[in-house]
Amino acid sequence: MIIKNQAIVADDWVLLRLNEQECAESVAIPEGKVIVPLQVWLAQHETLRQRAEVGVWLASDERPEKLKEDIHKFSVIAVDFPKFSDGRGYSIAYNLRARLGYEGELRAIGDVLRDQLFYMQRVGFDAFAPRPDRSIEDTLKGLTDFSEVYQTSINEKLPLFRRVQRKGNSAASVA
Amino acid sequence: MYRYDEYDQQIVDERVKQYRDQVRRRLSGELTEEEFLPLRLQNGLYMQIHAYMLRIAVPYGLISSKQMRMFAHIARKYDRNYGHFTTRQNIQFNWIKLEDTPDILADLASVEMHAIQTSGNCVRNITSDEYAGVARDEVVDPRPYAEILRQWSTFHPEFAYLPRKFKIAISGGKEDRAAIYAHDIGLSVTKNAQGEIGFRVLVGGGLGRTPIIGSEICEFVPWQHILTYVESILRVYNQYGRRDNKYKARIKILVKALGIDEFKRQVETDWADLKDGPGTLTVEEVNRVVSFFSDPTYETLTDHDSKLNEFKADSRSFTNWMLRNVKPHRVPGYAIVVLSLKKPGSVPGDATAEQMEAVAELADRYSFGELRITHQQNLVLADVRQKDLIHLWQDAGAYELTASNIGLLTDIISCPGAEFCTLANARSIPLAQLIAQRFEDLDFQHDIGEITLNISGCVNACGQHHIGNIGITGVEKKDHEEWYQVSLGGAEGNDSSIGKIIGPSFTFDQIPEVIDRVLQVYLRERIEAERFIDTVRRIGHTPFKEQVYAKDFASAEEEIADKHKVVPAQYALPYYSPRF
Repeated sequence: MIIKNQAIVADDWVLLRLNEQECAESVAIPEGKVIVPLQVWLAQHETLRQRAEVGVWLASDERPEKLKEDIHKFSVIAVDFPKFSDGRGYSIAYNLRARLGYEGELRAIGDVLRDQLFYMQRVGFDAFAPRPDRSIEDTLKGLTDFSEVYQTSINEKLPLFRRVQRKGNSAASVA
Repeated sequence: MYRYDEYDQQIVDERVKQYRDQVRRRLSGELTEEEFLPLRLQNGLYMQIHAYMLRIAVPYGLISSKQMRMFAHIARKYDRNYGHFTTRQNIQFNWIKLEDTPDILADLASVEMHAIQTSGNCVRNITSDEYAGVARDEVVDPRPYAEILRQWSTFHPEFAYLPRKFKIAISGGKEDRAAIYAHDIGLSVTKNAQGEIGFRVLVGGGLGRTPIIGSEICEFVPWQHILTYVESILRVYNQYGRRDNKYKARIKILVKALGIDEFKRQVETDWADLKDGPGTLTVEEVNRVVSFFSDPTYETLTDHDSKLNEFKADSRSFTNWMLRNVKPHRVPGYAIVVLSLKKPGSVPGDATAEQMEAVAELADRYSFGELRITHQQNLVLADVRQKDLIHLWQDAGAYELTASNIGLLTDIISCPGAEFCTLANARSIPLAQLIAQRFEDLDFQHDIGEITLNISGCVNACGQHHIGNIGITGVEKKDHEEWYQVSLGGAEGNDSSIGKIIGPSFTFDQIPEVIDRVLQVYLRERIEAERFIDTVRRIGHTPFKEQVYAKDFASAEEEIADKHKVVPAQYALPYYSPRF
């Protein structure tokens, strides 16, 4: 199960992580819906692009620009959070959405926890695979911590000051 | 000052609710301490030696009397009757229980305050000039832009888990009073030849283990673009700042590694996509925020008051106070008053609940109900009628807030040190007290004149020792005893510089004598009214070194087995400790 579009849904994608013995060029990729590491995609994209559906995931130190030419081929792009406190994934997501124009499913994987979900959603993630030892129902609550935000980001194209009429001093000074 | 509208209030209220649930989950074990750590830090909650410490944001140091009274309430209800004002214009409470923190944040939210992003690897509280809006040399009032940046940085989704903390300071005067050269981003709001407002942007300054003066990344960013420009700086940093070593994770290391030219190229490449986009500031928004910082209703007065002069002639202590603690105001007949939290023998930056209530009352009576907190850990009443100065001085004197030492030797900046902080190698506060007592004589201090003395208990430099004319740092030695390094030549402001260490370190008890020897050299070598820092720059370190190390120090060493166990005498035990 994953969280997608604010709901808990079944997930039939398989996430491929290489172990130490495997290398990107030669690893055998199972049939069906597989999310492969970026390195595997780069090494085997000639065969992988024949598939009807394919996904790719990025580590936090990898650059999304590497997907530029194939960006619209993916059914899902995932970004890995090796630790929840590693914030590079937020900028990767921003760049995928804002710069590379990716509009498909953008999934947070790895150390994905309730208290970071709100920020993840704001930078363009629309799917979340919470850490397996955590309750997915509980994690879902993280998406609704705040009902208003100040800045522009991916899920809110206008900053607060362009969206609403805010009051200046004449009203506030009465209080 | 700025007042919350329904959006600001809603965001802060929802934060309290979110945090209350996080604390509940921590106490029930649903959240591990490791997972809770950045959540509590981003609400200003640190675990110190004796208890939790809560750091509350005072955005750009500006606070109302009502908010100050709330601090007094918090000091009484949740702490030990006092608080500590910090070098980043915030306040810290040192004896807090985790269980109480949601209620404290709710109390704060009721007076438009919070502890958001006062710690953690995120954009911290924006600091500014304590004389903003009233300084005579002001080009542009920085406060509206500080508020706009505060809102922009509050819960910025992309920059909550940066490689390391990120500090922004903004100043708007000809003279920099916000230490903008010592910040991750330093902004100087100014006007170009056409009279248009914009920002000189500095990046990569900072203290800590590797003190670096910030480099100019852009000479003039027009005001409309400041949020997007700062966003691009942060995005480059978030992606490429080092995460493998916390001591090399600040933006200054990245700027140094890339070089300012390459760093600027990367920032401006990123910025090219944002420029003129929706993040661009609008005239309406700037005007809206500026409207909160319009002048109070000043009376038409003149600068000359015969009563003041008569009183000065009668009272030497009032004259001294006028000389050091009263600063010129841009409006005739008004003055800026600095209330000193550095009375010799007291803890630099500490204020009791009674003092907080007293300064709130003074603000209501004499300064339109507003106060500022300075980065030298003092308090400011920014709009005092000159004809009220005598009464103000008398009223404030009753609460020990009139030490006439602003900018002098005993106006010491000090971090909390090893008695409170797990990072510190040595005590800071008792050393500050020892120094202040040794040089208490006000005539001597006035003779020495302008000087800054900053103390940090370790290399992390919370006491900003690098930019003190005299800097003192607690250093680690194998024997785990307290040792201190002394540096000379640091300065903040327009001619910022990093101090240089004079030589081998000293014990706690030797430090006052070391300072005395340093000052003897200054008194011997100074030319006319030359400031201490100018003498150091002119003659270099050698004469000071020679004098300091010429003779042995009398030995009267106090034995301290474990500095972390030394609980300051003024804080009665038993204490609550989260560590045991």
